[in-house]
Amino acid sequence: MSSSVVSNHPVTNADRSKRKKKKKSLQTKDDPTRNHIKWKSEAQQNIYSSKLIQALNQVTIGSTSSSSSAAAASSSSSVSAPPSAPKRGRAVREAADRALAVAAKGRSRWSRAILTNRLKLKFRKQKRQKVPVPPPASSTSAITGSGRSRKQRFSVLKLKGKSLPTVQRKVRVLGRLVPGCRKQPLPVILEEATDYIAALEMQVRAMTALAELLSVGGGSSSSAAAASPPTS
Amino acid sequence: MSSRRSRQSSGSSRISDDQIIELVSKLRQLLPEIRDRRPGKVSASKVLQETCNYIRSLHKEVDDLSERLSQLLSTIDEDSAEAAIIRSLIM
Repeated sequence: MSSSVVSNHPVTNADRSKRKKKKKSLQTKDDPTRNHIKWKSEAQQNIYSSKLIQALNQVTIGSTSSSSSAAAASSSSSVSAPPSAPKRGRAVREAADRALAVAAKGRSRWSRAILTNRLKLKFRKQKRQKVPVPPPASSTSAITGSGRSRKQRFSVLKLKGKSLPTVQRKVRVLGRLVPGCRKQPLPVILEEATDYIAALEMQVRAMTALAELLSVGGGSSSSAAAASPPTS
Repeated sequence: MSSRRSRQSSGSSRISDDQIIELVSKLRQLLPEIRDRRPGKVSASKVLQETCNYIRSLHKEVDDLSERLSQLLSTIDEDSAEAAIIRSLIM
């Protein structure tokens, strides 16, 4: 009786741990953030480009209609003058980011954050406040801070340990740079940052290509294009 | 039994060191500044710093490109060649 119970125990334990492992691997597969979009593929860039052009088309339609009909503009907002250049640039930027978030299909936290921020901005435009970005921590203080362990090579403890404020500060700065990742745990920030960087690179490629296309098409705007080269 | 279960749940909720190493090395490969250095020579702190710098520089690039695109778009007439290009791309 008792021997059968004892002999059964390790088997069930092994089974359970196996099942746990299986469940875990399934979860990671189903996890939407793991389902990465291949930002480096040309097809993805084409998808983004078409979304971008559509978004830009709406921006230009909006700007031309507001500038041409001052009466219509005055009813919607107090600004009667046509939009200034920096304002238009910001509208393009917002359109480009929105298109990027749509291209991400809401699979990542940062893309969902861009889309929801957009909604929030619509509802309370006046309450927008800028969060000051703290200056980057110097690398020398990081070394002296970890002087006790004398480890200058890559170490996970440095990342996870709460005793090292400089690394923590950097994690927090990074969390603010990636949309929707403020106050997220480290693994989420790392994963989102990886996806976000690839998406941003693709965005730069697509926008550069579009700018080239437009500046080649017309000689009248070539001077403006030459003033601001695509790569800085 | 209960102690084992609690240990398992805490183990699954906390991410392992290996996973963090993997995430950091993935991130490192995206960063042009430190991509080509030997992995052992780059601290995690450096990877984080470079990630922040790179995202900032990409944001700056997108800002500049937005500025440039808005200038380009503002010079486009309805009947010009550029407008035709945009129309053809939307189709």
